[in-house]
Amino acid sequence: MGVEVVVEDLSKSFGNQRIWQDVTLTLPAGEVSVMLGPSGTGKSVFLKCLIGLLKPESGKILINGIDLVRCSERQLYETRKLFGVLFQDGALFGSMNLFDNIAFPLREHTRKSETEIRGLVLGRMDMVGLAGAEKKLPGEISGGMRKRAGLARALMLEPEIILVDEPDSGLDPVRTSYISQLLIDLNAQVDATILIVSHNINLARTVPDNIGMLFRRELVMFGPREVLLTSEVPAVKQFLNGSRIGPIGMSEEKDEATMAAEQAHAQAGHHDGSTEDVRGVVPQLQPTPGLPYREAVRRRKDRVMRIIHTLPPEARHGIVSSLDAEDRLRYGIGVR
Amino acid sequence: MTRHATFPGAAAMRETGRLYALGLDVIRCIPKRPFQFREFIGQFWFIASVSLLPAALVSIPFGAVIALHLGSLTQQIGAQSFTGAASVLAIIQQASPVVTALLIAGAGGSAMCADLGSRTIREEIDAMEVLGVNPVQRLIVPRVLAAMGVAAFLNGLVSVVGVLGGYFFNVVMQGGTPGAYLASFSALAQLPDLWISEIKAVIFGFVAGVVASYRGLNPGRGPKGVGDAVNQSVVITFLLLFLLNLILTTLYLQVVPPKGA
Repeated sequence: MGVEVVVEDLSKSFGNQRIWQDVTLTLPAGEVSVMLGPSGTGKSVFLKCLIGLLKPESGKILINGIDLVRCSERQLYETRKLFGVLFQDGALFGSMNLFDNIAFPLREHTRKSETEIRGLVLGRMDMVGLAGAEKKLPGEISGGMRKRAGLARALMLEPEIILVDEPDSGLDPVRTSYISQLLIDLNAQVDATILIVSHNINLARTVPDNIGMLFRRELVMFGPREVLLTSEVPAVKQFLNGSRIGPIGMSEEKDEATMAAEQAHAQAGHHDGSTEDVRGVVPQLQPTPGLPYREAVRRRKDRVMRIIHTLPPEARHGIVSSLDAEDRLRYGIGVR
Repeated sequence: MTRHATFPGAAAMRETGRLYALGLDVIRCIPKRPFQFREFIGQFWFIASVSLLPAALVSIPFGAVIALHLGSLTQQIGAQSFTGAASVLAIIQQASPVVTALLIAGAGGSAMCADLGSRTIREEIDAMEVLGVNPVQRLIVPRVLAAMGVAAFLNGLVSVVGVLGGYFFNVVMQGGTPGAYLASFSALAQLPDLWISEIKAVIFGFVAGVVASYRGLNPGRGPKGVGDAVNQSVVITFLLLFLLNLILTTLYLQVVPPKGA
């Protein structure tokens, strides 16, 4: 099973510019989480802090009892072996072909023979749909292929924590769905903890078990998917619907006057940019038929049912209505 | 909680500190196995191929200028027989290591910095660290060692070509005596002069490699940041070179007594 990541009171600034502060959350072991947020709110910075590429000013990141903010370099390199990271553009090594790129972690960290490596690499390439492209250089392929190759490389050492930076950027909706499915299948197969940083609403609605949102230098919320998907918090509501009406502006802050003016426009019939209210709990992606049951679903259900009395009514309703007869029996809820 | 001091010049001192830290990291990582032999050979070949011809071409006029200058000077004070002695000293001790380092920094270092810089902004270096591979050991050590190695060899070449150039111009243009030029070589020069020349070249190669790598690993934002980093790496190397040359020369003159003194 994957590893739990505990983040406590984390703050990060560049010079005098505060990126975010007092971020506290727990990525539950083996579950899929998504971090949402408007562009420029430091989602990628958060991800880089989690792997120790950037040092936060204060706070803790606990993985297996090791605080990544304050540990020694040796401990950091050891802990990093638990991670698989997919960077935005794949971050493939430009001087190596795809095969060598994907074989790189194996050649560096294991004593496997070349034939074993070959088998493993070709298997992974087949899984991400890159069979036959072994000899291509990263410069010769499309962005989507680079992304999939980056994912294949990140998975070579069977990581227990997988961090994914914007899996959808530069991909069409269909390919994004394939990547989403791939991540869910992966979670079912290896039971790793997955954190996806994205601003794709469709992905956020269907993929994760937990969702968080960063806005205005703070973590607005983090919790079970139902909580955020049914939230009445203005920033969350606006973000989910992609509307111009709300606290999120073109620049980071939006002033009262602009908000009032936009509200007036909308009331006069001006289109606010959104299509319909997409809030509400929609069914989650399932692993491809034939793959093992996703253990995270059961664990999360137990966890959520333990804290359900603390959740807002809309979320509670969403959770209860998504339970089937068997679950209802298990948690002792009468059939309505 | 780490706080950055904010007094004037703090940023410059921080950069200097980090440059030194990288230098130390490189030295610490040199004995670490596995040594990246292929990377080392590739870089060695690359640096040699871009700096070999320019170095030879620069050293001919450099040696010639020194010979011409000394030739007319020694004529004025009536010490023509020492022209060869003085010019060989000047070329081997001063001109050769500096020319070598300038070319390694200008031709090899700038390409190295641009390569590392573009890898950094494409997050390749981050990816490498996340895959548990130390980029200093993997990429920087072979590059710095290659720069030092090429500097040592190139220094020999530049010395020879420079002395030949000086000889040609002194003998052909100024009517100097061929025999006297050659015979006076050992009048002032001694073996330690050759050693300090090589030591200087190797140290300069190290500095050029470390500075280029440092700027390459810490470029500004975007492609323009990489361009600026390359530019700065060359300028910083040049500044450091001349300062280091002053220090090394002073030390050498204090420590090693001149011949016949």
